[in-house]
Amino acid sequence: MAAKVSRDNQIVPAMLFLIPASIGFLAFFLWPTIRGIYLSFTDYNLLRDPTFIGFQNYIDIFNDAVFWRSMAVTFQYVFINVGLQTVIALALAVLMHRFTRSMIIRGVVVLPYLIANVIVALVWFWLADYSLGLINAVIDGIGLNKIGFFGSEAWAMPTIAFVNVWRHVGYTALLLFAGLQAIPRDVYEAAEVDGAGEFRVFRSVTLPLLRPILAFVLVVTVVGSFQIFDTIAVTTGGGPVDATRAINFYIFERAFERFDFGYASALAVILMILLATIALIQNRLLRANESDMER
Amino acid sequence: MTKALAGIAALAAVPLVLAGCSAGSTTTDGSVEIKYSLWDANQMPAYQQCADDFHAANPDITISIDQSGWEDYWQKINTGLVSGNSADVFTSHLAYYPEFVLNDQILPLDDYIAADGVDTSIYQDGLVDLWKSPEGVQYGLPKDFDTIALFYNQQLTDAAGVTAEQLGSLDWNPKDGGTYEDVIAHLTVDKSGVRGDEAGFDKNNVETYGIWFEASNAGALGDGQTQWSYLAAANGWEATDGPWGSSYNFDAPEFQETITWWHSLIEKGYMPSLAAQTGISWSDQLTAGSVALASNGSWMTGYVFGATTDSFTPAVAPTPTGPTGERASMFNGLADNIWAGTKHPEEAWEWVKYMGSLECQSVVADAAVVFPSIPEATDAAVEAFAANGVDVSAFTVQVDEGTTFLFPITDHKSDVNALMTPAMEAVMSGKEPVSSLTAVNDEINGLFK
Repeated sequence: MAAKVSRDNQIVPAMLFLIPASIGFLAFFLWPTIRGIYLSFTDYNLLRDPTFIGFQNYIDIFNDAVFWRSMAVTFQYVFINVGLQTVIALALAVLMHRFTRSMIIRGVVVLPYLIANVIVALVWFWLADYSLGLINAVIDGIGLNKIGFFGSEAWAMPTIAFVNVWRHVGYTALLLFAGLQAIPRDVYEAAEVDGAGEFRVFRSVTLPLLRPILAFVLVVTVVGSFQIFDTIAVTTGGGPVDATRAINFYIFERAFERFDFGYASALAVILMILLATIALIQNRLLRANESDMER
Repeated sequence: MTKALAGIAALAAVPLVLAGCSAGSTTTDGSVEIKYSLWDANQMPAYQQCADDFHAANPDITISIDQSGWEDYWQKINTGLVSGNSADVFTSHLAYYPEFVLNDQILPLDDYIAADGVDTSIYQDGLVDLWKSPEGVQYGLPKDFDTIALFYNQQLTDAAGVTAEQLGSLDWNPKDGGTYEDVIAHLTVDKSGVRGDEAGFDKNNVETYGIWFEASNAGALGDGQTQWSYLAAANGWEATDGPWGSSYNFDAPEFQETITWWHSLIEKGYMPSLAAQTGISWSDQLTAGSVALASNGSWMTGYVFGATTDSFTPAVAPTPTGPTGERASMFNGLADNIWAGTKHPEEAWEWVKYMGSLECQSVVADAAVVFPSIPEATDAAVEAFAANGVDVSAFTVQVDEGTTFLFPITDHKSDVNALMTPAMEAVMSGKEPVSSLTAVNDEINGLFK
């Protein structure tokens, strides 16, 4: 009896503590998700009431060439962005961990992340201008052909990916750096005693012990990269042709420029399912829940 | 469950309501506040002046003006309409208002016009009709209009020996480009100083282009307002089968040969490629000397002339005459719409009526930003521009000579632009032939079925 009372006492405060977070979750996540899924089965332009049309939006999307192109360029972006960012960030993190304790260097590394995305995008947009930009002036100066970074189909998506790598790499490096600090020093000392060189230490000690953090970083950056939007919105606007019409930007265009909210909701549901699947697969493959640190 | 969901929805809506501006409300002293939205920051001071004058004449009505940039404006208006929390009166555009008419979001004005005996014949020809639905219902009183002309850097034309007189009497055809292409070629200069019409011109290393090409603006390629419509129309082309049309003519030879010629300018090196024009906007490229000529709308006059520097002397020339023997310019105008959900339709109408009146339009004219729709005020604006040292006759000549054509009003405008823009980008980058636009036209016309 006494035990039951104390248990009740715990449930009530627990509920109280959960209320603030639950309100946010229900109002801003769960309800919009349910409503979004409902709207994806309707024809809805905001101004008229939604009419239920079953799977028609999904069938249309399947036959929509722009959707498939947008998936292709989104994957292109994710591949370049995550690949480049993870490798550079890992290199930076290891360098910081092995060779410096300087707070200033850590600050400099994370500096681009502190600048608003839109400003970063616009500054690079102007720097890369064909006729007046500094970058093309340098390229021209050393005798090479100028490049239409944001304006040519081949360059536009890689350029946008590079801009975002520049902004995010410091932050990712800091996350990995924190993971490196959690690795006990004695493992490194043991490796040194065994006569392992710098590369061998990285491959056989650092990388395996960093795996859970690396998995976390990869899941977060992959999911984040799939949602690329702002850099595209302020620079190319989806062009040239469809070269930078990433899925999130296409959803925005369908919803807020063409006022086809049913179609846009269906696209968003597809993106949600895709991201959930990818995150799940990554978690399994990288065994994010286990660590090799237990001895 | 339903109740709980409704509660959650209400909760979710709270911040939106708090963040949004509340709709026109009756204040404590019984006076009425009318919310008015517009997008052009350049016109804001003039309309603030109108609002103050209006309030002085009607002390029980206060106008509060809310300005937001073009990019955000339509999202704001649309979310306002959806949430039942819109501005009572808002500046409207021909590309958007058909949607509002079809969804009963704006008030018809006919009863008010009849009751107050407003004379709608005082406006420049055709402008009133732009704001009439297919059934002949009037939704707006035209406030101003804009036309297209060629902005140029006089220092570059002087250096090339091209006179203002020559620029004012250019002719064009889609076969060889006429004197228009001759001038564009002559104004193009490569790195070593060789002009576009001289031997040894290096089209891959152009220092100054003859004419600019702007694809970045949402409608620039879709309806070609500032970019190709003045040429296509001078070639005898019409965009649709009339106002509120239900079929587009992007498959017509008059249109496709115009675009073929236009694209040839890129291949000849006289105009920047799609890749090269992405980035800093046309007006800044003109100021910086990257280009000699650029076609654009009268609303940019203030901006271009405000950018005068030691190396940039702005001037304007009219668009060239085409195979029709006449010039052509798209004629677009703005008007104000009244939100159907306003609590104070009478007061909102009074404000709309005032903005369309000579009194307010004279204030707008003095600001020298746009051309008011009432001829008297148009003249006043021309003088106000002249007082600032700007000769705007290149814009008004189209109205004087009756060579304007109307903005193509149709339903599905945003879908049309969304289909046309990537298709035109593919054509202009040389990826697809001009004939590929025929299939796009079929797709567009399919929207109306």
